[in-house]
Amino acid sequence: MRITVPSTLAVAAVALLLGGQAQATEVVNLYSARQESLIKPLLDRFTAESGIEVNLVTGKAETLLQRLRSEGANSPADLFITTDAGRLQQAVAAGVTQPIHSARLEAAIPATYRDPEGQWFGLSVRARPIFYVKGKLDPQQIHSYADLTDPQWHGRICIRSSDNIYNQSLVASMIAHQGVAPSEVWAEGLVANLARKPTGGDRDQIKAAAAGQCDLAVANTYYYAAMLESSDPQEQAAARKLGVIWPEQEGRGTHVNVSGAALTKSARHKEAAIALLEFLVSDAAQVWYAETNQEYPVKPGVPWSATLEQLGHFKADTINATQLGEFNAEAVKLMDRVGWR
Amino acid sequence: MPSEGQSWRGGGRPGIWPLATGATALLLALPVLTIASFLFTPAGEVWHHLAQTRLPDYIAGSLWLMLGVGVGTLAIGIPSAWLTAVCDFPGRRLFEWALLLPLAFPAYIIAYTYTGLLDVSGPLQETLRELTGWSYGDYWFPPVRTLPGAVVMLSLVLYPYVYLLARAAFLDQSVAVLEAGRTLGSGPWRGFFTIALPLARPALATGLSLALMETLADYGTVQFFGVDTFTTGIFRTWYGLGDAPAAAQLAAVLLGFVFTLLLVERWSRRRARYFHGAGGHRHFPRYQLGGLRGWAATGACLIPVAFGFLLPLLLLLRWALRTAPQGVDGEFLQLMANSFGLASVAALITLLLALLLGYGRRLAPGPVTRSAVRIAGMGYAIPGTVIAIGVIIPFAAFDNALDAWARDHWGIATGLLLSGTLGAVLFAYAVRFLSVSLQAVEAGLGRIRPAMDDAARSLGLTPGGVLAHIHLPLLRGTLLTALLIVFVDVLKELPATLILRPFNFNTLAVRTYELASDERLADAAPAAIAIVLAGIIPVILLSRTIARSRPGAADAA
Repeated sequence: MRITVPSTLAVAAVALLLGGQAQATEVVNLYSARQESLIKPLLDRFTAESGIEVNLVTGKAETLLQRLRSEGANSPADLFITTDAGRLQQAVAAGVTQPIHSARLEAAIPATYRDPEGQWFGLSVRARPIFYVKGKLDPQQIHSYADLTDPQWHGRICIRSSDNIYNQSLVASMIAHQGVAPSEVWAEGLVANLARKPTGGDRDQIKAAAAGQCDLAVANTYYYAAMLESSDPQEQAAARKLGVIWPEQEGRGTHVNVSGAALTKSARHKEAAIALLEFLVSDAAQVWYAETNQEYPVKPGVPWSATLEQLGHFKADTINATQLGEFNAEAVKLMDRVGWR
Repeated sequence: MPSEGQSWRGGGRPGIWPLATGATALLLALPVLTIASFLFTPAGEVWHHLAQTRLPDYIAGSLWLMLGVGVGTLAIGIPSAWLTAVCDFPGRRLFEWALLLPLAFPAYIIAYTYTGLLDVSGPLQETLRELTGWSYGDYWFPPVRTLPGAVVMLSLVLYPYVYLLARAAFLDQSVAVLEAGRTLGSGPWRGFFTIALPLARPALATGLSLALMETLADYGTVQFFGVDTFTTGIFRTWYGLGDAPAAAQLAAVLLGFVFTLLLVERWSRRRARYFHGAGGHRHFPRYQLGGLRGWAATGACLIPVAFGFLLPLLLLLRWALRTAPQGVDGEFLQLMANSFGLASVAALITLLLALLLGYGRRLAPGPVTRSAVRIAGMGYAIPGTVIAIGVIIPFAAFDNALDAWARDHWGIATGLLLSGTLGAVLFAYAVRFLSVSLQAVEAGLGRIRPAMDDAARSLGLTPGGVLAHIHLPLLRGTLLTALLIVFVDVLKELPATLILRPFNFNTLAVRTYELASDERLADAAPAAIAIVLAGIIPVILLSRTIARSRPGAADAA
């Protein structure tokens, strides 16, 4: 381990303060694209259990990645956490990660939700199904994402901007499955059926559908589930008006994505970082994810939240999330071409 | 800096000023230059793709937005400034500072609140549908998430720049000039159009260019409203297409926009140089607006305050009532302290730097100093994220180079000395907000006759002495204005703080953003209100001081 001047001074100061009886406390440093309120409680629990301090900086994945790259070998970060597999793949491509081999991680996380070489590990799962306004249409009419391009849905679909990573990953998964040209035809058909210019976030699409602006909306499961659980009665009422359609059940499965973490190349607290990762896939932590943020546990066998159970079980796309990152730029260009703003 | 100290004491070495000014300006220009340097990286076929698909939308969107916000901020800012500066009407004293309040609102927060109110699923349309039995599509309602919507949102929170500078200019205008106009029989209207407005043009240009630069840098509002602009294009190219060089090149094109904007501003100032004298300041009798005219003035001032501040604050309060019990904890006070501390220090640093640069330029004008100061002042129009990247790259490079050097020579690892410190955050603020202070300082200095410097120097004052004894007292109002704007801007600043801050350090803006970006607007409300409230106190304090610094204010009170 290299010792830096500031940290030496800090350790010396702490040692003086504690009258020489202290040992340097173990720490692990996080760069997290997952926001503080959705991770800090778990980190606090980890610190309480292990005695390892966790230092946290949150921010947008791309900018944290830039910080990692620029800081290089001297970066203080040990772990990089994102809410999208595509971003993790970009970190791998940028060469700022290193592989981990942990029997515990490999046992807890199914192979589709981690990098084959151990460069990153998924920590929670979210799906991107289709929502419909109850009473406005028969959900049996839609079986796949492709059905959304049917002319009968002209002016009846709400979806957010293609600036958003969730849509980019959705299209990237299509490209991975069927190639660029069919995906472009699909995107073109979808844009033709939009009820309005894409604005707002996922919740806004659900609310717009509930208000009658459209009959179908595409959104992530945790937004919808959080609305069902919202303290705002209007949000709750809006979500109740909609039902869920799980597309691709006879085919490749509904599109899913993961939030996950990678060990940085510069990590100086490798063991502590791995301990934290292993903690995050423990049953207790996985249940917390499910209950607090309405995400699906990445670990099989961990119970879902009651709200998620209510949405029903579904077949998820098993494509390795690594591919989402690989086709991201292609997906964005495709959406540019069809005028999906 | 010893060299600087020498020149301030001795005043006999003219070579020091350009050096100090140039070096400071270059340092502050570093992030902008870092971004601009990407122009030399080949970006390949992404440009071709952009030109064929979205680029025209980005350009058109930014231009329309600037045009709209330009008209909007002038239309609100000038009349309110004139009314509160030289007229008297019911509530005038209140409006003098209340008109500044929208400045405390981050643009994206006001956009969120109005969307919450006016959107299809908002309470207004909901009630309308319930009352009438209509459903969506049966009626027309102004769509809020559009380009015009973005223009209104940005105008509502940016007009205070025009108001502040225009009002300071109206107050500073030599009483004699207006009185002469009045003796010649010009009433309030003619006095305004023929004397005050043309005289205030430099200040108006400054206020407008600040508002427009902020408009160009805005990301939160346009992104939320789905309006295509240069900023949304930069981020889409960078995040989505994964092409950092092309994104930086788009940012460099944005710099071109800004440069043009600044040239226009400069040009409008150069065409006419106005100086105000030091003497002849007496109480200027206000135009008394009685009866209906008085209440019309009250209404004109109330509208921007109501829509730019009161209504959104009420909406936030409504949300906060539901979420505050969970959202406001012990950590909240820490967040407030962090935000307040950072904003105060950044405002002071930025003002000192602006004084150094503005004054250096006055003392030792030269092409190098001039261009360096110009480039350093461009940061305001660049999205905070881009500035932050422009800070990260050179800082980390410096840290790593020093670390390698120290290890080679002394066997010590210095690690990252600058990266990930509050120093880096403060530096980014200085780069981002220098323009605000600089424009105020330059506008202020520009109104002081150079002959006065010469007179003071010939009487034996050093350049530093001229600054301390002649310029600072004359500039007091302008400088306080600069402090105020930077303070409030830093309170609201998000992207640079987010990217550059050290471990475990949060601000109110960070808290607000994290919750709002997760579409939890109601949960974000308490922190958003805290930003607004924290911004109000200095707004009130400083606007009172500015009012008092008005020539002749003493006999008016």
